[in-house]
Amino acid sequence: MSGIVLETEGITKHFGDREVLRVDNLSFRQGCIHGIIGPSGSGKSTLLRILNLIEKPSAGRVRFHGQNVSFNNGRLAVQRRMGMVSQKPVMFNTTVFENVFYGLKVRGMRGSAARSRVRSELKTLGLEHLEKQPAQTLSGGEAQRVALARVLVTEPEVLFLDEPTSNLDPRNAAIIEEMVRSVSRHRGVSVVLVTHNIFQARRLTDWLSFLYEGRLIEEGPTEEILSNPRDERTASFVRGDTVY
Amino acid sequence: MMHIIWMSLFVSGLSIALAAGLGIPLGTWLGLASPRRTGWLIQIIYTLMGFPPVLAGLLIYLLLSSQGPFGVLNLLYTPWAMVIAQTVLALPIVTGLTMVALRSKSNEIRDTAISLGASSWQAALTIIKEARMAILGAVVAGLGRLMAEVGAVMMVGGNIEGKTRVMTSAIVLETRRGNFEMAIGLGIVLLTLAFIINYVLYRIQGVGRN
Repeated sequence: MSGIVLETEGITKHFGDREVLRVDNLSFRQGCIHGIIGPSGSGKSTLLRILNLIEKPSAGRVRFHGQNVSFNNGRLAVQRRMGMVSQKPVMFNTTVFENVFYGLKVRGMRGSAARSRVRSELKTLGLEHLEKQPAQTLSGGEAQRVALARVLVTEPEVLFLDEPTSNLDPRNAAIIEEMVRSVSRHRGVSVVLVTHNIFQARRLTDWLSFLYEGRLIEEGPTEEILSNPRDERTASFVRGDTVY
Repeated sequence: MMHIIWMSLFVSGLSIALAAGLGIPLGTWLGLASPRRTGWLIQIIYTLMGFPPVLAGLLIYLLLSSQGPFGVLNLLYTPWAMVIAQTVLALPIVTGLTMVALRSKSNEIRDTAISLGASSWQAALTIIKEARMAILGAVVAGLGRLMAEVGAVMMVGGNIEGKTRVMTSAIVLETRRGNFEMAIGLGIVLLTLAFIINYVLYRIQGVGRN
């Protein structure tokens, strides 16, 4: 593991009068799979949207490679070095190929090299035979793999995954997990994985942060958090006592 | 008969083209803008979607009559007056349904596009592209209203034979004269034309969906 890619400072988020998130300092290292766990409604997805610069925080800062990111100016340049796969990805109403091509097209890359990159990524995820298929006719597992290919083809430095396997059968979940492991180890991508699946967190992540009611309760190496949590709320969640 | 069919197609076709040219950009803007800023305009458009054709006809009549502000243009009882009236009727429908089509898809598509590196403009274009079939549906709905419309075109067109008579106004006239066979025949022609136009548009929508 090497340097810090992404970090937050004093992030809060309000929806109306309701404060849904208050997280002070969090940092994400290059090549590390950083899990964010917590029960439903703990602010995990909101935090991910703020980190991915889709949602503007009510207060606080996001830093990318040590530089403050402005949500008004300069957002796009940083955002193009990140990518997100959500729980139920939206497929554009076109072919699988065009879906995966989208991220390159919006970056102005349209030539044969770009097309080769799309085909290579489709092959890596075992999707080459679906290239011409309408993306909206895919099964859940196939759509999730296309969503992952769509992000990976843009060669992101940070990959955000919001419960990416919660709707998948074990085979497709295993393919996604293996791919996530691979891009982290071999491409040096920093992965931020939101999950409430403790087993998946144990299998995949190097570092865990536990969120509860919008607050960061504790964080540390995955094994330490899961085997020896310091806070009772974390322990309750890890034991499976917390209702979610 | 051929002149009546041609006039119906000309008036409704030109009116829906104008309504689409104005309504799709306006509906797109409303669909993508914050509802807090545009709420009042949306309320007006929703109200105008149910605009009574005779009221639209009366307003256009007053504007174009010789005492009205645009009387000098001598448009009353011409096909152009009918086009204006029908454009006024179709515009809120095309605008409102375009707005609804975009709004129903905009959040999830915008988030996906932006998370894939699209700029705000690129994300907006993606939303429009994704909603294109629903936008076409808005145009079809607007055209349906125009082809069936009679109140406004009779008021501002005058139902002049060989000049401003269209199928709906001819049906009214033939019914009043007691020529029910003729009126029913015109009705069948009108329905057949509507079926053909909608079939073509439906096929285009189907191609887009697949």
